[in-house]
Formats: sequence, C-alpha cells, structure tokens
Amino acid sequence: MFTTKRRNLLATIGAFALIFGAAPASAQPLEEKLVIVTSFSRDVTGPFVAAFQKLHPGTKVEIQSRSTTAGVSFIRETRSNPPDMFWASAPDAFEVLKKGSLLQKYKPSATGIAERVGPSPVNDPEGFYFGFAASGYGIMYNTRYVRANSLPIPKEWDDLKKPEFFGHVGISAPSRSGTTHLTVETILQGEGWDKGWASLLEIGGNFASVSDRSFGVPDAVNSGQYGVGIVIDFFGLSAKASGFPVEFVYPSVTTIVPANIGIVAGAKNGNAAKAFVEFLLSDEGQTLLLDPKIQRLPVRLSVYDKAPAGYPNPFKNASLGSRVNFNNDVSEVRYELLNSLFDRLITFRLKELTEAWKSIHAATAAVSKSRSAEGQKLLANARKLASSAPITEAQAKDPQIAGSFQEKRPDKPVAARQAEFEEQWDAFARRNYAEAKSLAEQAARAR
Amino acid sequence: MTDVAVQPAPVRRTPYLARWAATPFHIGCAALIAAYLVAFLIVPVASVVFVAFWDGSGFTLVNFADFFRTSIMIESAWNSIYVGLMTVALASAIAVPLAYFTVRFRFRGAAIIQTLGVVPLVMPPFVGAVAMQLVFGKNGSINLLLMDAFGFRIPFMDGLNGVIFVEALHYFPFILLNLSASLANIDSAMEESAQNLGASGWRLFSRIVFPLALPGYVAGAALVFAKVFDDLATPLLLNVTNMLAPQAYLRVTSVGIADPMGYVISTILVVLSVMAVWLSLLALKNREFATQQRGGGGLSKREISRGERIAAYGFILAALFLALSPHIGILLLSVGTIWSFSVLPDGFTLAHYTTIFREAGGFMSNTILYCAIAALIDVVLGAMIAYLAMRTRLPGRHLLDQIAMAAVAVPGLVLGIGILRTYFPVDLPFGAGSLATFWLMLAIAYSVRRLPYALRSCSAALQQLHQSLEEAAENLGASKSTTLMRIVVPLMAGGILAGFVTSFATAAVELSATLLLVTRDANAPLSYGIYVYMQSPAGRGPGAALGVVAVVVVAIATWLSFRVAERDRAKRTRSGMAI
Repeated sequence: MFTTKRRNLLATIGAFALIFGAAPASAQPLEEKLVIVTSFSRDVTGPFVAAFQKLHPGTKVEIQSRSTTAGVSFIRETRSNPPDMFWASAPDAFEVLKKGSLLQKYKPSATGIAERVGPSPVNDPEGFYFGFAASGYGIMYNTRYVRANSLPIPKEWDDLKKPEFFGHVGISAPSRSGTTHLTVETILQGEGWDKGWASLLEIGGNFASVSDRSFGVPDAVNSGQYGVGIVIDFFGLSAKASGFPVEFVYPSVTTIVPANIGIVAGAKNGNAAKAFVEFLLSDEGQTLLLDPKIQRLPVRLSVYDKAPAGYPNPFKNASLGSRVNFNNDVSEVRYELLNSLFDRLITFRLKELTEAWKSIHAATAAVSKSRSAEGQKLLANARKLASSAPITEAQAKDPQIAGSFQEKRPDKPVAARQAEFEEQWDAFARRNYAEAKSLAEQAARAR
Repeated sequence: MTDVAVQPAPVRRTPYLARWAATPFHIGCAALIAAYLVAFLIVPVASVVFVAFWDGSGFTLVNFADFFRTSIMIESAWNSIYVGLMTVALASAIAVPLAYFTVRFRFRGAAIIQTLGVVPLVMPPFVGAVAMQLVFGKNGSINLLLMDAFGFRIPFMDGLNGVIFVEALHYFPFILLNLSASLANIDSAMEESAQNLGASGWRLFSRIVFPLALPGYVAGAALVFAKVFDDLATPLLLNVTNMLAPQAYLRVTSVGIADPMGYVISTILVVLSVMAVWLSLLALKNREFATQQRGGGGLSKREISRGERIAAYGFILAALFLALSPHIGILLLSVGTIWSFSVLPDGFTLAHYTTIFREAGGFMSNTILYCAIAALIDVVLGAMIAYLAMRTRLPGRHLLDQIAMAAVAVPGLVLGIGILRTYFPVDLPFGAGSLATFWLMLAIAYSVRRLPYALRSCSAALQQLHQSLEEAAENLGASKSTTLMRIVVPLMAGGILAGFVTSFATAAVELSATLLLVTRDANAPLSYGIYVYMQSPAGRGPGAALGVVAVVVVAIATWLSFRVAERDRAKRTRSGMAI
C-alpha cells in the first residue's frame, strides 16, 4: 500500500513538473499566487511554504499572519476578494467560517490518511476543512521552577488539584482558545457534567492566572512566571526544542484535536489551494511535521515509521485521547454557553475562587489533625460550594438557555438575554465562594 | 506689554461669519476635518458598534440597561476609574519633577533626558509584556534577588495596584512632554516679577510657575487618565479582567461571538473618556493662562548648587531607571539565549539581530513612513481643531474636539474591522488593490487612533497663547492665514512637537488594527513583525530584537525633533524676535 501511494505521489509530482516544464496543457494549471491567512508561527509555515514552492516553482505563496480572531474577521470582511486559504488550529474558528458560508468544499485525493484521531474525525464530515495534523493536550512545567519551589512532578490532571500546586498553575480561557475549550469539554464529557465541573473548579482553585491567549501560557511557563501550564503539546515540545528548561507530559486521559486547513469560498487561486492541501497530506508534507520546531502529530499513519523513538503516536498509544468518547453534537449545542460559564465561574472570579480553595486546603490540613466531626461536616459543605456549577447538564443543552448565547434569531425564542444569565451565574459564584471560605475557616477552628 | 484692546471684527463680512468669528478658510478647514473624521472614524466604527443598539429587529437600549444591572460591569467601571485616577497621581509624582528639572535648570543633555522620557511610551507588543514579567513579575529578576537576599517578594504586578504601577511607568511621558512644553512657554517676566516681590523656591513654583503651566499639565493628566481608562494591554498582561477595557476586549475579540455587550462597553468607554477630558477642561475654565510676552526662552535657566544638583540627578536617574527597566529587560531578552526563572539570561548572543536584519529590514522603513505620516496628519488636524474650538465660534466646534477625542476609546480591532467593512469593496485605480488594504490606510488608521494625543497637546499650547498677539498681527494688516502661519503655529511649536512625538511613538507599536489591515509582508510595520516572531518560543529573541529596533527608531526620531525645536527656539531668541 505504501509503495502505491508513493508511486501516486511521484506521478503527481511528475505531472506538475510537466505542466510547469512545458506548455500548460493540463486542464488545471496552478495559479501564480496562493494567499494563505494563518495563525501559525513562521517556524511552522516556513518549511511548508519553502517545500511547496520547490515542488511548484510557478506558484508564489503569500503568508498573512493574523491572530485567529483577526483572521476570521478578515475573511468575513473581504468576501468580495478573499484570500485563498485559512490555516489554523482552532476547530471552532473553522466552524464559524463554515456557518458563515465562507469556506468551500473539497475532497482531498490523498490516501493513507487516518479517519479519526482521538475522539474526533480528522476532516470536517461535510468536507469544508481538513485536519492535517493532530495535537494533544497535556501539562507543561518549568523544571527550574519546580525544583526551586520543591513541587512534585505533575503527571495527571488530578495532581493539579493538590494543595502543593496552589498558585502555580496556568491555563488559557476556553472563550479565548478553541483548544482549551476542547479540553474543558473533554473533561466534562469524560467525567460527567457535575464531576467534571467539580474537577475544573478544584484545579481552578490552584490557578495563578487565566490567560487571554493560548500562547500566553507557554510564554509564562518558559519565563518561570508560574511553573505549570495546561497547554497543547507542541507549545511544550517546541519550547523544549528551543532550549527552554521545560518538560511536557500527556496525562493518561487527554484529548487529541486536529489542526486544520480550509479553502476560502470564492478563492481566486483554487487550484493552487487544492494542491497545497494535497501537499500537506502528502508523505513529504507530513514528514515535515516531525521537525522539532513544528512537532505536530501526523495524520498519515506511515509517517510514524520515520519518527524518532518516543515520538507520541495517538494511533498506537491507546491512552492518547481514546478513552473519552467525544460527542460532537453535545459539544456544539453548548459551545458558547460553556465559554461564558467558565469565564463567570473561573476567569472573572479567580480571586474569590482561589481564596476559597486556599481556606479549604488550610482547613483540610487542620481537620486531619483535629479529627473534629463538626469540622469534617463543615469542610464537606465548603468543598461542595466551591465545586458546583449553577446549571445542570440538561439546562446547558436547553435551547431556551443555550440559545441566549448564540446569534439572535426570531425563530429561536430564548428564556432570557445572555447578560441576565451571566449576572445570575456571577452572583452564584460570588455567593458560593464567599460562603465556602467562611465555612472552611469555621472548619479549621472546629475542635 | 502694552494692552492691546480687543478690536471689533473687521466690517466687510457677512453676518454669519462675523457671528462665528470665522473666515471661509476656517469653515473649509472645519468641513475638511469633519469629512476626515466621518470617513475614517465615525462611519467605520458605527458599522461595527451598531450591534449595541440592535435587538435583531430594531433599535434598543436594553443592552445598556443590562450593563447597569450587571454587577461585574459596575465593579469594572469603578475599578477603571480608580486605576485611572491613581495612575494620574503616581505618573505626576514621576513626571512633574522631571519636567521641572529639565526646564528649570541648566542641564547638560536636557534633550537626552526628554528623549529617554518618551521611550516608556514605546512598549512593543508581547515583548514588553514578557520583559515586564521577567523584571518585575512574581518570579522576575528583582523578586528573585529579593527572595535570595531577604526572603520576601514585592508584588509589583499584583491586582489593581500592579496595574497602577505599570501604567504609571508606561504613560507618565504624556505629562512630562506636555508639561515641559507648557513650562517652556511661561514668560520669564512673570517669574521675575514674583521674585522681585520676594517669592522663591516652593512658593514660587506652587503659586506662579505651576499654575501658569496648568494647561499642559491638565492636558497630560487627561491623556493619562483616558489612556489608562481605555488601555487593555496592561490589565491583560497582569491578568486583571475586572476593568472595563479588558471586559470589552475579551468580548469583542472572541471568535465569532455576536454578543452586543462588548460594543456596549466600548460605547460607554467612549462616553466616559470624553467626559473625563471635558471635566478636565472645565477645571481650566474661567482662568487665564495666556501670556503675551514671547521669545524669552521660557523660564530663566539657572545654575544649581552642588547639593541640589546631586539631588536632582539622583531623582532623574532613579526615575529613568525605573521607567526604562522594561526596556532594559527587552534589551537583555534580545541578546540573551535562554532566560527562564533566573535573574539574567543564561548566555548572550547577537544571533537574534543577525536574524532580524536578514529577514526584517523592510519593517523598519515602513514603520517610520507610516508613523511619520500619521503623526503629521495628527498635528495638522489637532492644531486646526484646537484653533477652531478656541478661536472661533463656529457651531459644532466642540463636537469636532469631542469626536476626535472619542478615538482614544475605540478599540483598534473595532476600527480595523470597520475600515475593512467600509473600504474593502472600494478598488483603487491601476489595479493597486483594495483601498482598505492599501498601505496608506494603515497610516490613516494610526492617525485616527492617535489623534487625541496631538489634539490635547495642541489645545494646551493654544491655551497659553494670548489672543491679543493675533489681533495685533491682524491690526498690522496680516491676513488670518498669515497670522496663523507666522504667529500662531510658531508659538504653538512646543505643543505641536509634543503631540507629534507622542503620536509617532505610540503609533510605532500599534498592533490590533495592524493585524487586520496588513496583507503583505512588504507593507508590514515593526509591530506586525514582532507579532509574527512572538508566536513561537524560538521567536522570542528575534521579537525582542525587533522591539529594541522599534525603541531605537522612536528615540532617534524624538531626539531629532527636540534638537530641531531647540535650535529653532534658540534662533528666535537670539534674533531678539520677542513678539
């Protein structure tokens, strides 16, 4: 199978070489230009662009670096004369573009590409965008920091709940980072809504900060601003490859998410765009992913044979993402609601949340010494208050509620405005955290 | 100093023009400015912000009611006001002595101190944040040293007080520049009279000198307040979200969100910023700051005693060291190999500079070009608006001032989206592409965003200028435009220069609108280059090196402007052109 693919590829290359070597006799010559909007760094895009241009010398690739938000806005506002491709990690950004009819369908002809990676399909089932690499979520830590603060080495999500890690952990907000959103969603689906929120809030009690951009977390861990970050693998792996004193581990329950590329609707250089998709999925393109500065997980299975020993393989290593059965429909219904809820309970009330958990940790230590029954009861109540969500799973998927967080449509009536729900949740969080703190303080004093 | 009687307006004018105290030239200027603001500020911003007033089918104010019913919004509003006021206080404590020393005493290198005083305004995106954390952060150099030596930390960058600390270090140049310009305009005769009457030292400063320079101080303080009030970079860097600007930003920039609250907050930010400036102007109302004597070269410079000199130098060095420590951090970052959880980088290298000079030469010239155009537009518009608002009675003149000022609170991303929405469909002739992505549009976007700075500086300068000087010129037969060009503009030069420098320096590091409007590397400015590098761990060094380049570019431009201004002033003084 491998050889046939290889031969196909060579045949394709040969065909293209023919087109550009001789007169453009083929029906689909590549255009002279290809404009790609991307949120990836030059370290990632550079090698692909160079190799593609070498393969197709007649086509000049123009890279426009924009943050994901700016990229989506740019494509939305430039409908009349759009760039050709959008190339980024966050699957939610592609969903937004797809819903806005800003992407066009294509069926990549490459074979030997995995159907699914981790919990989700590699490609958009409707064919509007394509996964070209996968990435897993995990824990990145600064070795100098961990040593200086005598922290244990974190291995599992549950480790991050430990009192030792108080004030040492960072994350980006799911409303700001599509990949963090998927991690949060995976935890909620894996552990169930109530237990999942309890875990998130308990880990949240140890947060040093909630960053407004994905790259803020590895930046802070690299600098030693805090010691432990919940990040996507290539942030940790590429920082290590660049020489920072950091390590990255996959916890045994993690989520694997594809990084994507899509062709913009109305792209003027459609043939070149299609060729670029094929190139990314080709053996040569996929092998580039192994570069230490890129460090993404290929979706072409055969490429793992060339990978250095110890390179994570989500298709062989069963613990990488396969334990959770991820339900896309569930995720989609509550997407916007979940972002807002996380911000209400954690991002905007981080001070109150961490104060509550600080008191709970102190009380836990005190109660384990005093063995006071009264103290244990108070403490259990405090924990419950500091780890519960204001709405149930059923409410979260109720269109009357979830719809308030989506674009207003006359045919979709909602129970209340977004701002009204947010105010309720905010009040819930403040009240609970304050009460949890005072209960924990009572528990610590109980004899 | 003979008193020039106010002359009745010349007779051969239509009644309207007389009532407005305006010439057709003034009206033309007003129309031009209005057109510029409508085209590049109001229409683009309105095309985005209308969502705040839209409930899916019609006009609504329910979103504004929601704002006032939401406790986190009210809390954020108070936090923002508190941080704004405290920052003005702290920034004044740094800037007022610095301005006074440099203007008052005979110092060697006053231009250098003034230049270094501007540099804090140039905080390159991302790089500045990383450097700030590496120097002042919980595990930054200073705290690591403190922990080692004494076993405690100082939470420089914690919560609202951290925001105040960082903002004050960042924006005190607004006060420094405007106050210096004002101080330089004070008539030395005033000071001498006071001295003859026995005032000296603190009494002379607090009763005569400072009050006369008040327009400059108020302009600077109002800008600091408005800028801090609307700044989102610093709170986000410190992960403080309970302030208005970050609340608006987090909502406006979430992918694909149609939530109106972000635009509601933006609108409220605009209203509150304009109100703050208006209140500050009210504080100056009914007072006279203008003096007629000019050309004396400002306050008499005097030699200072040895003790005073040591104290003054001590303060200047301490203040500049504090204010420039983030830039020292950026410099270290740009020549360091790996810098992580340590006082200094592990090793030093020049490789990052080779990288950027190989890859990023064009960014530099683009930045200079765009920012110079933007700053030029700003001082021209700023001076015209100030003149129209203060010297004519044209209807709507204050509205022009307020609209221009509102730009201070418009998020760059909103302006960027608005410009794309309005001008992308407009094609340039000769196949030059769309108007929205044409390079000149970047300069225009910068000019709109930075106009408030130049406007406040120009207004302050004009406030100190006595109208009788213009009337005297007109009585002697000069036309309005000659008076403007030969009398008013030269006498406002200090304020215009301050406006130019602040606009230029801050435009050099603008990112959010840049990210939307740049379409080709060849047209990209430095801030875009820094963004591109700072997206990966390996790019931190080259990104910092570009940051250093941005700082150097601005510093050289600033220093040159001061040199030119000083030479100009010296020339005027020497030739005895005391007007």
